[in-house]
Amino acid sequence: MKTNATYLAAGIIAILLILALVAGCTVPAPGGNETPAGTATTAPAGGANVVRIATTTSLENTGLLAELEQVYESETGVDLQFIAQGTGQSIDSGRRGDVDLVLVHAPDLEQQFIDDGFGINPRCIAYNYFIIVGPESDPAGIANMTPVEAFQTVYAAGTNETAGVIFVSRGDNSGTHAQEKVLWEEAGYDYDTEIIDAGAWYVEAGKGMGDTLILANEQQAYTLSDEGTYLSFADRLDLVPIVAEGAELLNRYSAIAVNPEQHPGVNAEGAADFINWLITNETKQMIGEFGAEEFGKPLFTPLYAPECTEPPFNCTCAEPITT
Amino acid sequence: MVNGNPIIEGFIEAIELIVTLNPQVVEITIRSLYISLTATFFAAMIALPIGALIYFYEFRGKRAVVSTLQTLYALPTVIVGLLVFLFLSNIGPFGFLRLLYTPGGMIVAQTILIIPLLMGLTVAALSGIDRDKRYTITALGASRLQTVMTIIGEARFAVMAGVLLGFGRAIAEVGTVMIVGGNIRGATRVLTTAIALNTSMANYSLSIALGIILLGVALGVNIALSLVQRR
Repeated sequence: MKTNATYLAAGIIAILLILALVAGCTVPAPGGNETPAGTATTAPAGGANVVRIATTTSLENTGLLAELEQVYESETGVDLQFIAQGTGQSIDSGRRGDVDLVLVHAPDLEQQFIDDGFGINPRCIAYNYFIIVGPESDPAGIANMTPVEAFQTVYAAGTNETAGVIFVSRGDNSGTHAQEKVLWEEAGYDYDTEIIDAGAWYVEAGKGMGDTLILANEQQAYTLSDEGTYLSFADRLDLVPIVAEGAELLNRYSAIAVNPEQHPGVNAEGAADFINWLITNETKQMIGEFGAEEFGKPLFTPLYAPECTEPPFNCTCAEPITT
Repeated sequence: MVNGNPIIEGFIEAIELIVTLNPQVVEITIRSLYISLTATFFAAMIALPIGALIYFYEFRGKRAVVSTLQTLYALPTVIVGLLVFLFLSNIGPFGFLRLLYTPGGMIVAQTILIIPLLMGLTVAALSGIDRDKRYTITALGASRLQTVMTIIGEARFAVMAGVLLGFGRAIAEVGTVMIVGGNIRGATRVLTTAIALNTSMANYSLSIALGIILLGVALGVNIALSLVQRR
C-alpha cells in the first residue's frame, strides 16, 4: 500500500517532468497567427521578445491595457503579456520572479516590495480617485461626507442593522482592498477584529473590481471602487457615486521592475524599455485621453514632473531608467 | 439587466462571431482545442497502458489503487492549478523550464488533471468485458498477449468514451488554466478563461456566445471521434 502510493507519487513527478519537456517544445505552434514577426513566435516564453506584466484587475477591466498593448506591440514588435491579478498577488508574482514587472496601485505594498529588494526602478504613471458608490437612495445617508465620516456612518448604520445598508468589500488583497483597509483604520476601526466579522452588512466578494461592482449592484450595496472601472461599468450599473471627494481617495498607479539580481531569469531590459515607454509624454497623453470619448471623461490623469515629486504623490515619473 | 436579454443576444452574437470567423474567437478556439487535445493525448498515452496494467495484473493493494483513482476523479481543478503553479513557478522545482504562463504549462496541468479519470475509466472499461468472454478467448487457445489484445479490442468503445470524458473535463475546466496560464490575451487565453473574463467585465452576451462555441467545439470533437471509431 505504502509502496504503491510512493510509486504513484514518483510516477506523477516523472510524468510531469517528461511532459513539461515535450510540451515545452511544442508550445509556440498555435499562437503563430497572433504575433506579427516570425521570430517572436519561436522565442521561448519569458525570452527577449516577451515582457510579462502582472497587473491589477481594475486596469484590465477598463480596457486601457489592451490599447497600450496594441500600440506598443505594433511600435516595437515586443510581445506584452498582461496577467490580471489583484495588486497583492501581482506583487507576489514579482517576488517569485514569474513576471518582469508589475503595474499596481497600493503605495504601502509597493514600498515593501522595493524595500525587500525585489522591486527596482518604480515610476508612477497616472492617477485617479477611488469613489464610494452605492444605491441612489443612499440608505446610510453618507452623501457629501468626507470618506472617513462616510465609513464611520456606514459602520454605525450597518451594525445597527439599518435596512438596506450593505457594504461589499473586494476581500481579495487587491490595491482597492488595501485602500479600503486604510480607510477603515483611519475611521478608527481595527480591520481584522472589528470589520471582517462586523455582521451581515459587511460582504466580502473575493473577486475583481468588475465582479464586485456587479455584485454590489445586484445587492444594491455600497462599495469602494476605482473611478476608472466604475466609469467603464456605469452603463451597466444602477449604482451612483456617493462620496467622491477627499485626499484619502487618491489612487496612484505605478510600474515597478523586478530586480534581476534576485531573479536572473527575468527580462530586465524588456521591463526597463516598457517602463521608459510608459513615461514618455506621448504615452501619457494617450493614457490621459483614454475613455474620454466613450465614458464622457478620461479614466486616468497622467502624472508629469514636477507635480509627481510633490505631495501627495511623492514619486518619480519622468526620469528614464538607465540600464 | 440594462442591456436587454444577454442570452438571446448571446445566441445572435455567437452566430455573428462564427459566421464572420472573428479572428480573436478563432484564435482562442484553436488554442483551447490545441491545449486540451494535446493534454488528452498525453494523458491517454500515460493512463491507458497503466490502466490496462492495473486491470491485467493482480497485486497487493490493487483495490486501494482503484479507489484512489476513483477518488481523484473529483480532483478540484483549482488544486491541480495551484500545485502545478507552485511547481512551475520561477522559484519552484521546475521553474527553470519557464513553463508558467505558457500553453505548455497549461497542457501539463490538464494532463495531470485527467490522468486519474482516464486510468480509472480504462480499468472500468476492461472490467466491463464479460468474464465468460475472457474464458472463452483463453479456451479457444489464445496466447496471453492475444487475450489481452482481444479484450482491449472488445473494450475500445468504453475506453474511447473515457477518453472523450477526459477531453470534456479538460476543455471545460477553468481552474487550472486560469492559475497556470494567467489568461494572457494572445498567449494563454482559452475559451473558458475568456468566458470568465468577459463575465467579470459584464459582457454577458459575448460570454454566452463563447459558451455556445465551446459546446459546438465539444460536439465537433465527439462527432469526429465517433466517426473514426465506426470505421
